Amino acid sequence: MSVLSVSDIGISFGGLKAIDGVGFSVEAGEIFSIIGPNGAGKTTLFNVISGLYTAGQGRIELGGQDVTGLAPDELAARGLSRTFQNLQIFQRMTAVENVMVGRHLREKCNLFADLFRLPSVSRQNATTRDAALALLDEVGLRADADKLAGSLSYGACKRLEIARALAAEPRVLLLDEPAAGCNAVETEEIDALISRVAKKGVAVVLVEHDMKLVMKISDRILVLERGCPLIEGTPQQVLADPAVLEAYLGKHGAREAARA
Amino acid sequence: MPRWVRHRYASLVVLAVVIALLPLLFPSSYYYRVAALVWVSALAAIGLNILMGKAGQVSLGHAGFFGIGAYAVAIGPTHLGVPPLASLLIGAVLSAALAYLVGRPILRLKGHYLAIATLGLGVLVALVITTEIRWTGGPDGMPVKKLVVFGWRASGADTWYWITAGMLLIGTWLALNLDDTPTGRAFRALHDSEIAARVAGVHVDRFKLQAFVIAAVYASLAGSALALMNGFVNPDQAGFLHSVEMVTMVVLGGLGSVIGSIVGAAVLIMLPQALTVFQEYEHLLLGFLIIVSMIFMRDGIVPMLAKLPGRRA
Repeated sequence: MSVLSVSDIGISFGGLKAIDGVGFSVEAGEIFSIIGPNGAGKTTLFNVISGLYTAGQGRIELGGQDVTGLAPDELAARGLSRTFQNLQIFQRMTAVENVMVGRHLREKCNLFADLFRLPSVSRQNATTRDAALALLDEVGLRADADKLAGSLSYGACKRLEIARALAAEPRVLLLDEPAAGCNAVETEEIDALISRVAKKGVAVVLVEHDMKLVMKISDRILVLERGCPLIEGTPQQVLADPAVLEAYLGKHGAREAARA
Repeated sequence: MPRWVRHRYASLVVLAVVIALLPLLFPSSYYYRVAALVWVSALAAIGLNILMGKAGQVSLGHAGFFGIGAYAVAIGPTHLGVPPLASLLIGAVLSAALAYLVGRPILRLKGHYLAIATLGLGVLVALVITTEIRWTGGPDGMPVKKLVVFGWRASGADTWYWITAGMLLIGTWLALNLDDTPTGRAFRALHDSEIAARVAGVHVDRFKLQAFVIAAVYASLAGSALALMNGFVNPDQAGFLHSVEMVTMVVLGGLGSVIGSIVGAAVLIMLPQALTVFQEYEHLLLGFLIIVSMIFMRDGIVPMLAKLPGRRA
């Protein structure tokens, strides 16, 4: 059974249809990639699924339940987590604190207990910190745990976001360009990390421009063009499709590429 | 820097020592009074700093809550026969309730819009206080009955020095506690990125409201303490200028720094006393000093000192 199922999603901004009739479903442990040229609506689709935008049409199901139109924090409570293309880290908090915020839903949070710092709060804090440190270890940032997140490199911040998203122990993880701006070694690490996460049974939805990465780790791929689905299939099927090449390179470019 | 400085309660211990030793330097009761004024202002500033420095939400009407606290201990005993201590608590509950009710709609606003909305709230409270002359004495203010607890009358500058210092210590302790807890982290997270906080499952609206209510209660208690200490209240305590003064204390001392709020309050209360030698240029100089310190210490006094070479923030 699919963990995340999206059907017939559509959203318009001022009369312009940014996404129209997009649908797909992802199973537990699967890596599902969404690709397409700039402006194809990939990030917009993520924003709709994670509840930041409200879709004009369509339906989103999470674990078989209708979650269309729910707020991001409600979706998070139901097991959806995401990262951002343009970093959204908590700059003035340390790396480990960033990940600890990711465990917010797994923590008991009571204002009065916190104000008086009851022993239970300290105990829970220690548990949360240990869990966060383990995740930082997983993404290779253990040594930077107590550094301010704002002082970390771009690639490190990308991995920090993944650690924070994983801290919530999600069923579905949306990754928006996790390898953007990363060098070859870092991309390799992220590649391995995503595969490990999927192996644990998390459904991973990936938006990425690094085609080598996408073709290597994806189980299935959805190609979007100008907000519409172009083709969905395995990496081999997608690579073989002339329409995909055309979408990326234009008609002329596709002819040239075919000749070459 | 020695390790104890980094302990959560290091600044609380330093504060307690300063409070205990300061009176040894006081040549007259006037100094007790100035210090008590600093403690009261610092208490209000610490609360506001939880809202502004931690949760990143501005309030330009916070003197409104200060005024509610002040007038609660004035009106309760005089008009309604409620004992002062109960009036103080009622004032805090009223402030919390008002913050909760008004906060729900206006905390959805961001930046400048929130600033204007909170400013409106403060102006409204001040307006009610100045016009309900029968209850509040209007622009002239009204006397406040002395605080009597089990037959003991709290009066004299030195007595109030210790009472307000006790309140400040408790307020500081609670604020420091909050820092490394789920609530404190949620405040700081939504300050840095509301979107990321939401996606992490943080119920942003609820935490903004909590910070607003906490700040309102701190201000209300500070207002009650000042009114009981002075034996008099006037509408200026709820006025816009006082709101601005509170914000200045927080920003000058350092957004997000609990000790910064105390330093900010100390500077803003004591500087005018020190500047009286310049007579009519006093306010000019005060404004000038604030501008200069904001240019050269944008993070505020305490965070700036913490960053000095050889130290770690």
